[in-house]
Amino acid sequence: MATDYSDILSRLCFHLKQFSSPDVVIVPETDLINELAIDSVKLLNLVMEIEDEFDISVPLNALADVQTVHDLANLIHHIKSVKQ
Amino acid sequence: MSLLDKLDAVAAARKALLPEGLDVFGMPIEEVYSATEARVGDRRILFLGTNNYLGLTFAPECLRAAHEAIDREGTGTTGSRMANGSYSGHRALEREFADFYQCHSGIVFTTGYQANLAMISGLAGAGDVVLIDGDSHASIYDGCRLSGAEIIRFRHNDVADMEKRLRRLGERSQSTLIVAEGIYSMLGDQAPLAEIVSIKNAYSSILLLDEAHSLGVLGKTGQGLVEETGLIDGVDFITGTFSKSLGSIGGYCVSNHPQLDQLRYISRPYIFTASPSPATIASTRAALKLLRDGTELRRQLWQNSRQLYARLDALGYQLGPQPGPVIANILDSPQQALMLWKGLLDHGIYVNLILPPAAPEGKALVRCSVSAAHTSEQMDYVGNVFAQLRESIFQ
Repeated sequence: MATDYSDILSRLCFHLKQFSSPDVVIVPETDLINELAIDSVKLLNLVMEIEDEFDISVPLNALADVQTVHDLANLIHHIKSVKQ
Repeated sequence: MSLLDKLDAVAAARKALLPEGLDVFGMPIEEVYSATEARVGDRRILFLGTNNYLGLTFAPECLRAAHEAIDREGTGTTGSRMANGSYSGHRALEREFADFYQCHSGIVFTTGYQANLAMISGLAGAGDVVLIDGDSHASIYDGCRLSGAEIIRFRHNDVADMEKRLRRLGERSQSTLIVAEGIYSMLGDQAPLAEIVSIKNAYSSILLLDEAHSLGVLGKTGQGLVEETGLIDGVDFITGTFSKSLGSIGGYCVSNHPQLDQLRYISRPYIFTASPSPATIASTRAALKLLRDGTELRRQLWQNSRQLYARLDALGYQLGPQPGPVIANILDSPQQALMLWKGLLDHGIYVNLILPPAAPEGKALVRCSVSAAHTSEQMDYVGNVFAQLRESIFQ
């Protein structure tokens, strides 16, 4: 059974918390770069954590269209769905 | 934001971080006295960041060969080899690199950056995967982007992490190019080659090893990590540069795969870059002979490297994980690194400053590159200056 999007979103938000200041509220529309200040290097490291958390491969090329938390959750959901 | 506004933002970021009136990332060098000394402004400085590992930039054999080549063949080739042909020097150097590594064939490139760009984008393409170490050089990242292949990173020098990522790829591991480096340019540590080769064999992948910083430094004849570990047969493609131990500019790839030669017809960085100048090729050929016979140079290089590494370690500086000619001082903030870099320069020592995002893990680096041409007294002097600066840096 495909992993539920909302489950992915909540696990992703948990990881993103470690990359941002404690007072930031993370919602699907949160902008990774402008609001969470996740720069290119942090994003690369975040991807490796996501790969391990969800046991998937996330090509760096796929990040070009990722702007928000929702975009990233959607990408993970898509990769997991294809894999299954 | 407009295209030019983006550049203004870069200028503002630089201004906020870097001191006024000091061109940190483009230091004007007025005169070069030797492999290790030059003049900046009116001050004599010691080069300690040039990657001139064997100190060959002023070797008489290399100077003479370059002069003769200019007189014989002119200052440049004015075009690519596909368009303007392959000079006898290009072909000879390719044979000499292949002989040096006892490999089937070799290709020479105009820069080391181009070698990685050409090889990675020539070997991998859309639908393939390139699996790279997280601390890879920019030329490797850019080669991956140019290839159109999927790019996956593994944690730096972590073979279990690499294996996990290959496993996830399933059958696609067979169309995966793994890229590692003999010595990593940021922290100066070596790749765990035996484990990498063993894993790549188990998953039927292809391995490219960049020996840019390890050529001339590791192995009995200076081949690099492949010779140091005796694993040359486990590596599919070896790339490297002329701009470090060979003291010129250019790049190479050698391989036992006969398919290497086909890269000349499909690899855009190779096809569309002007070929190396006759003087560059000639000095590199002379330097390769010196490198191959450079046992004494390597002994001196390692003696200097161990001397400085041990001194900085004893002083309490946080260093890269293993001694070698690349000695990275890891600082917690760009300000701290800048203070150390400026303090060294004020004492006549010129090193590399590496700030985020170029430095790993958001840290900043002050990187020393040791040469065989340095003297033990110069290493002592550098150690004394680091000792003197320590308190003001960490107060």
